[in-house]
Amino acid sequence: MSDYADYLASYASVAAILVVGVLVAAGMLGANRLLRPVVADPAKLLTYESGVDPVGSGWAQSNVRYYVYAFLYVIFAVDAVFLFPWAVVFAAIGWQAAVEMAVFLGFIAVGLVYAWRKGVLTWT
Amino acid sequence: MIDVVDLLRCLLVLAAFLVLPLAVGQLEHKTMAHMQSRVGPMYAGGFHGWAQLVADGVKFAQKEDVVPRAADRPVFALAPAVALVPYLVVLFVIPLGPSMVGADLDLGLFFALAVMSVGVLGTLMGGWASANKYSLLGGLRTASQLMSYELPMVLAAVSAAMMAGSLSLVAIVQAWEWSWLLWQLPALCVFVVAGLAELQRPPFDMPIADAEVILGPYTEYGGMRFAMFLLAEYAGIVVLAALTTTLFLGGWRGPSSEELGWLWALLKTFAVAFCVVWFRVAWPRLREDQLNALAWKLLVPVTLGQLALTTVVVLA
Repeated sequence: MSDYADYLASYASVAAILVVGVLVAAGMLGANRLLRPVVADPAKLLTYESGVDPVGSGWAQSNVRYYVYAFLYVIFAVDAVFLFPWAVVFAAIGWQAAVEMAVFLGFIAVGLVYAWRKGVLTWT
Repeated sequence: MIDVVDLLRCLLVLAAFLVLPLAVGQLEHKTMAHMQSRVGPMYAGGFHGWAQLVADGVKFAQKEDVVPRAADRPVFALAPAVALVPYLVVLFVIPLGPSMVGADLDLGLFFALAVMSVGVLGTLMGGWASANKYSLLGGLRTASQLMSYELPMVLAAVSAAMMAGSLSLVAIVQAWEWSWLLWQLPALCVFVVAGLAELQRPPFDMPIADAEVILGPYTEYGGMRFAMFLLAEYAGIVVLAALTTTLFLGGWRGPSSEELGWLWALLKTFAVAFCVVWFRVAWPRLREDQLNALAWKLLVPVTLGQLALTTVVVLA
């Protein structure tokens, strides 16, 4: 239990820099608040659309055509999570570990090849 | 827990975070100017316009804060901070020397990549919360870009971790050898290309392409909040260059004495940053689908090959 507490303590300075970062951002915006003029004008609050009055809502419908890349990405992201711990220990285990990772990566690579052959990597 | 030394490290990293992006910005002003046969800013500060970015900062601080009526106000207001702060945290764990590091985490590489990705969320938040069509299109392009560069970047970084047998950034530099420049060259190239896409730097600046979507997610931003996005971009260049230096170029290792190591690390970092600026001048912008194709048809296969090569090099 104390080992775990020591381990967490090594992240205390990281938490400190995060606090510093939040303070810097707040300081920048706070300085801006003190220095800036306020000249209210309803026209300024209009959504920018190249100088003409905006048509409809800005949250317009659009066709998200790269969603297949998102599927591919999720498949490979799982593999990336396993790769990091594996990278640290595989040299100690030897060829056995290398072959096992090669089999795993091979399965995923087949998925990429399948998607490629199906033509989903080509923009239509 | 936290002691005086830790606080001092925080303040030093903060100083670096505020100075290095300005230096890279000045480098960009002057490099682009001379590559395009012009002189760039010359008046502010007297000597070759060195104070131009300081003057810009003063101007930004005095600008009015305009939040469009249609925007999702809290998200819109928070987005620039979400874009900026993660780069400060990443800079904290990147070493300039064996002991010149904010915190030498045993998960350093994993931590750096994870926190770097958070910065992109700021752009996505800004793109969605602006309630502007240009911002939304730019935000969608950012998301699309995220799908393509993240994986090659992570796989390329794993290759360096495999060579060192550690995820600690200090241990990776200590394990570095000159031969890495040869074995790890594909990973190095992929890492820099993917990093350019993450930072939305040309030739991958489709999300903020001014001729197509005004300024993408940043269209509705002005004043201090826009300045924070701008600072985040240059801080991102510093972080990418420093991480490339640490993983692939040997960090503080150099031909001369160890005491001058931090100078080597800074020199290499600025050399990489110079290349980032150079690419902006040299190459036209790609289309979004061209980046996706480049990533999945070239970068991912190359990094998978690199992982196989690294495995053989380490075990043989």
